[in-house]
Amino acid sequence: MCQVEEDYQPKLERAQAHSVCRKCVKCKEEQAAVLIRAGDPYCRSCFREYFTHKFRAMLGKTRLIFPGEKVLLAVSGGPSSSAMLSQVQQGLGQSAQKKLRFLPGLVHIDEGGALGLSLEERQRLVSELKAIFQTSGFPFHVIPLEQVLDLPTSAVNTAPPSSDQAPECYKAAGDGRELQQGGALAEPSVDEAQTRSLQQLLGSATTLTAKEELLRTLRQHLLVHEARTRGYSKLLLGESCTRLAVRLLTCVSLGRGAHLAQDTGFSDCRFGDVTFVRPMREFSAKEIAVHNHMFRVPTVVIPSLETKTLEKASIQRLSESFVSRLQQDFPSTVSTIYRTSEKLQTAGGGCCEEDGRCLLCVCSLDTAAGKASALQARLISEQLCCQKPAGTVKVEPPPPAGPCCSSADGECGSAAGGAVCCSSQAPEKKDLQKLLCYSCQLTLRDMSSVAHLPQYILTEAQRRNRRSLMKDEIREFLLEEEEGSSS
Amino acid sequence: MPVSCSSCGEKRAMLKRPKTGHSLCKDCFFMAFEEEVHQTIVNASLFKSGETVAIAASGGKDSTVLAHVMKVLNERYNYGLELMLISVDEGITGYRDDSLETVKRNQQQYELPLKIVSYEELYGWTMDAIVKQVGRKNNCTFCGVFRRQALDRGALMLKVDKICTGHNADDVAETVLMNVLRGDIARLRRCTTISTASEGEGVVPRCKPLKYAYEKEIVLYAYFKKLDYFSTECIYSPNAYRGYARTFLKDLESIRPSSIVDIIHSGENLSVREGVKMPVQGTCSRCGYISSQALCKSCVLLEGLNRGLPKLGIGKHHRLHGKILSQQPLTEKEERKLKSVES
Repeated sequence: MCQVEEDYQPKLERAQAHSVCRKCVKCKEEQAAVLIRAGDPYCRSCFREYFTHKFRAMLGKTRLIFPGEKVLLAVSGGPSSSAMLSQVQQGLGQSAQKKLRFLPGLVHIDEGGALGLSLEERQRLVSELKAIFQTSGFPFHVIPLEQVLDLPTSAVNTAPPSSDQAPECYKAAGDGRELQQGGALAEPSVDEAQTRSLQQLLGSATTLTAKEELLRTLRQHLLVHEARTRGYSKLLLGESCTRLAVRLLTCVSLGRGAHLAQDTGFSDCRFGDVTFVRPMREFSAKEIAVHNHMFRVPTVVIPSLETKTLEKASIQRLSESFVSRLQQDFPSTVSTIYRTSEKLQTAGGGCCEEDGRCLLCVCSLDTAAGKASALQARLISEQLCCQKPAGTVKVEPPPPAGPCCSSADGECGSAAGGAVCCSSQAPEKKDLQKLLCYSCQLTLRDMSSVAHLPQYILTEAQRRNRRSLMKDEIREFLLEEEEGSSS
Repeated sequence: MPVSCSSCGEKRAMLKRPKTGHSLCKDCFFMAFEEEVHQTIVNASLFKSGETVAIAASGGKDSTVLAHVMKVLNERYNYGLELMLISVDEGITGYRDDSLETVKRNQQQYELPLKIVSYEELYGWTMDAIVKQVGRKNNCTFCGVFRRQALDRGALMLKVDKICTGHNADDVAETVLMNVLRGDIARLRRCTTISTASEGEGVVPRCKPLKYAYEKEIVLYAYFKKLDYFSTECIYSPNAYRGYARTFLKDLESIRPSSIVDIIHSGENLSVREGVKMPVQGTCSRCGYISSQALCKSCVLLEGLNRGLPKLGIGKHHRLHGKILSQQPLTEKEERKLKSVES
């Protein structure tokens, strides 16, 4: 390059300058500040309007949230939930044009114990978050995940939706003003022994995939319990479009095809009285990031189980990197997957009966092995690989609920003979297997022991098993299936 | 340290099953594999006694194993079926002519009658010529659409009752993933069914007896039974969209081996909301083949090829169907859009 007798080319070409001074496509006056999709430059104020309008339209169009209703926002501190919080703040502010009219509360679950963070680290993160919550003025609660070990069995059961919806909500608006004062309510402290039990529980899941699914389930139970005890009927989650697309792909890979609509849809009413709502589901991660940067929305970075892991460490992590990579080559991937999720619904209608619901994820069971289905093929494969008693080659039809061998060590477990009082026995995997949906069964398969599961799950499992044994005894005398569960 | 087979407990285990992780000896593995296919056939009631069944044979491992297993099971369990082989010649030099030799060898080994249909005689185009015009990005669409019709026409010529293809569990799982990624809700609903509907003339129902067999197990079976097959990838396939789904699936399998069947389970259990627009089955007005539009896809593609407009048929051109049917010339602008070819 810098030689003595270098020949320079006669004419150097000018680099093509990008057209920086493009006008906003909406107001056509201001200079564009951000490019959301290819060909859509927006200026700052139009972008803010677009973002806010989309958020309000999502809530308003679906008419799920009534004026004066108590709504709990689950804020993890990450970008999507922080953006959701700031939008709710703006929407309820006095100066808003079309004010949002519900009563928000905030909840944050401190998962530091599960991740192995030190106590100081956890306290630092929590105090950062508290500072953000305090400026919002809403009542907030910070709950450590260890609380999940003490939940009652109602956390895994559905309950009928409360009857005080539309007519009384205007009255409730009067009472709501007291709650608006905000501030922390009495917080539980973290006990060392509980943290150890929690870590043992997560440690009993041998693969990262199972660990993450277990963590997600526990988090869900805790959130529902909080919402129920404090009287909130709606729970707002801050999952963005990108994250839901990844979740869809993960759910398909985990065998949750029957529950896709509930896992990724706008509203999820599997618990009956508490409805999960996802208002951020039309915002891509990019839009949220730009919004947070432009309008200085405070966020707190909290590590998760997947942080700094390899690409193939778990199914969730693999799906995420797959979708991100595909998005680069085919920019419409995330929105196409999102549109697919909109067209799905929950199969089989809503079944309130507890026996028809999974113990862990509370979705309806999809383990009825129909003729020529994947589930039946799987059962047959496992039967064929087990030790057969000498002389029989015939393959027996599998029992209607659950496989006969749940572990891969080649032993055929027989179906439970007489009714045994289970309070005296240590909980075993096969007791839980038939109470779970297909994908929760897979998670259970990856766990080394079920003894560390929280007490409420084990108690509920025993109760359901006893009830199904009772039902088997009196089956021939029952005329009709029960409609709803009688307490 | 020799491990004994977990099924019979006597012989030494020679392999580990990819599907369940059990260690099995050769004979128990063969038995398990064949038994699973038999159970699939019986539970889904795929065949009736006395039917003529055509096995779609390409010379690759899936169709070779399928032909072998069908022959074995037909004799062992007395299905009462008459079997024959159909093969499709797409005209890909260096790939298809070699695999066709394998099919001819299979015909002699299994003593089954064979019929070969070629794109050249049906459509007047070979895949080599098509790729020259279309480029390497969308050529798999042409091949797939043409092959489907070719199989049906061949089956009609042979007067068979059913066709069975060698699609395995990996293929079905890849299809589910691909349809999710592409947002094709109509196909997503249909792709996990084990056999297609059997109404309508001009349509031969087809089924997938190997639907729950893992690809790796098929290879293991063929390897231990020393079956003769042709194992090279199609030379035009590297850029297909399916490749992405395939790598994803392979990675999933390495994390959790049961993922493949889990994905099939997801596909079988998902349900579509009412009110979502679905295509309705009709017939093509030009060739009479089944189609959900006025013109079937292969007529549209052929028209595009014959007119030198390779992009006709890739993407949405429903509005142009009317024009093509009535033989009107396309406007300049439309022609320009349809001509651009990526290299």
